[in-house]
Amino acid sequence: MFVQVNGTEREVPDGATVTGLLAALEVPARGVAVAVDGVVIARTDHDRAVVPEGADVQVLTAVQGG
Amino acid sequence: MDDPLVIGDRQYASRLIMGTGGASNLAVLERALTASGTELTTVSIRRVDTQGGTGVLEVLERLGIDPLPNTAGCRTAAEAVLTARLAREALGTSWVKLEVVADDRTLLPDPVELLEAAATLVDDGFTVLPYTNDDPVLALRLEELGCAAVMPLGSPIGTGLGIRNPHNIELIVARAGVPVILDAGIGTASDAALAMELGCSAVLLATSVTRATDPEAMATAMRHGVTAGRLAHGAGRVPQRFWAQASSPPR
Repeated sequence: MFVQVNGTEREVPDGATVTGLLAALEVPARGVAVAVDGVVIARTDHDRAVVPEGADVQVLTAVQGG
Repeated sequence: MDDPLVIGDRQYASRLIMGTGGASNLAVLERALTASGTELTTVSIRRVDTQGGTGVLEVLERLGIDPLPNTAGCRTAAEAVLTARLAREALGTSWVKLEVVADDRTLLPDPVELLEAAATLVDDGFTVLPYTNDDPVLALRLEELGCAAVMPLGSPIGTGLGIRNPHNIELIVARAGVPVILDAGIGTASDAALAMELGCSAVLLATSVTRATDPEAMATAMRHGVTAGRLAHGAGRVPQRFWAQASSPPR
């Protein structure tokens, strides 16, 4: 299925959880946060939360700043 | 720990809080952070552009420094609240430097959005450290909302103009029941010392170190400036006099 990740269309396995999506994108799960359709997914829910087809996914991490 | 900085449920020996923005590379940043002696340092939250982390968290972890995520770049309370919640999941900390700015030219805090975001985040269980104007009334309002500290600016972010209204900082300190942290505008070590002499509990700075010609040396200078100012504040300075007063005996 296709989802939007940080504004770019990406193909991920059908029915992927947040954990599965991060693995498919080869993003390290540590130090990142995920919002699906504007809702922050708690880290403890990453293994359970299923990403719907066509979802708007934001993947964020810490960078130098402030 | 002698004379610790106490914010919320944490204690720090260092009264210098650093930012990580502006450093030319991570090696320079690591040397500067080490020289500063800081134990709490800000990071920003941004989209993952490339695969893999940016490495800044690894630097902080290696140095035993607590990360303090900020909401830099946010213009509205809603944006800042979302960013804080993302930061909590990404970093596993409920501490946040709350920053809601009004425009790009001044980067001054928007007090209306700031108060709204602070109220929401305090209710949500965050330890909120708001970057605020040097406004004694606004500082009190933020404290009343439950913020763990207030962080007034000395002058706008990145200007290095120092503390433009020292009396306002003293007014904020005089009424605050939470730590006052001078945030933004520090240009050199004497500015950091002045902040502490005015009674601030700590100083937060980034640009003045990371964009200095020699960041490691300036970080060392800032560490000493904060320490000197803290000692001077507690030492009871002499009153200022109009006429001279001889310090040597008359004969």
